[in-house]
Amino acid sequence: MSEQFTAEWSVSRMVWTMVPLLAALSVLQMISGNVLEGFEATLVENPALLVLVPVQIGTAGNLASIMCSRLSTQLYLGTFELRPTNPVVRANTAAVFALAATVFGVVGIAAWAIGTALGGVLTLPEVLTISLVSGMLLAAVVVVLSLVSVQLSYRLGYNPDDTTIPIVTNLCDITGVLILFGVVVAVV
Amino acid sequence: MARQETAKDIYRQALPVILVSLVAGLFAGTILGSETMRAGIAEVPGLLLLLPAFLATRGGVYGALGARLASGLHQGVIEPRFELTTPLSNAVVASFINGMVVSTFIAVVAFLVLQITGQAGSLVQLVGIMLIAGLLSAILMLSVLVTVVLVGYRRGLDPDNLIGPVVTTLGDVFGVVFLLVGVEVMEVVL
Repeated sequence: MSEQFTAEWSVSRMVWTMVPLLAALSVLQMISGNVLEGFEATLVENPALLVLVPVQIGTAGNLASIMCSRLSTQLYLGTFELRPTNPVVRANTAAVFALAATVFGVVGIAAWAIGTALGGVLTLPEVLTISLVSGMLLAAVVVVLSLVSVQLSYRLGYNPDDTTIPIVTNLCDITGVLILFGVVVAVV
Repeated sequence: MARQETAKDIYRQALPVILVSLVAGLFAGTILGSETMRAGIAEVPGLLLLLPAFLATRGGVYGALGARLASGLHQGVIEPRFELTTPLSNAVVASFINGMVVSTFIAVVAFLVLQITGQAGSLVQLVGIMLIAGLLSAILMLSVLVTVVLVGYRRGLDPDNLIGPVVTTLGDVFGVVFLLVGVEVMEVVL
């Protein structure tokens, strides 16, 4: 085995490159943790909202990572340009909104049903409104952050695959929780 | 030149992955919303505070391991067999250390945030919960991930396409389950 491989696959190298990044992202995640903690009473009272939390976090990150990795591939192919008329921008934006509408519609109904089974009192229109409104706002955030970050990492000379995706995914996770509770305050 | 993909094409390709993670999220949410978990949330100060960081770490540690194993298989550094060749065992050991170190770190940071914001909280309780949840996640995720990547590779499936769904689904569902186990165990211990 070559020396380059040996160094790259050494335990200490893998630990020292990953731990600082993961630690920094964990500190960042405390922002959404703090919001959750602040809504503890509301969450414990309304299980439907607790059901929404992991879905919101997961879907936000997923949509972001799909859009970012697609955009960075198109960037290398030379078909992506940060313009509203660009076909890549249009197709990806439309797809993210359509995916969000599908997912958060299903999620709204499921979270209401599960929440009711767990003894919650929120009505279907309430849970569905929270899910859809926060989901569509989130889709807008995912689109804007993905477009801007891929363009920015290209301008600054970073490979978007390495840098953009983990950062944007985490930012979208956090924004997901912030938006969710912004909408919860408005509706409940 | 290849035809430009339409929004419909992208939607069709992405929907299965999104739906898998949706089902996982709903399972995780159901456990989170259960009677026992809500009691735990009400009793353990800081549990909700560390939840997002804990869940994100699962993706970070084991997603990275999966991607690394996939590249290693493609490069021929790792053989698709269950042997303790050094790169494979190194990657597993490193992920285990990463998972445990970051889990403990999260508990300490959560405790500090509680202190700064003037809320009650027990460092021992939070660290204990994170160590138990981190250890159980590590055992499950490492064994499943290594098996899936190696078996999938031998069956001719590209490991790059397997990792995402496996990590998201298992990480979310079992992350919350193991968190609950941690809460229950620490309640007995303390």
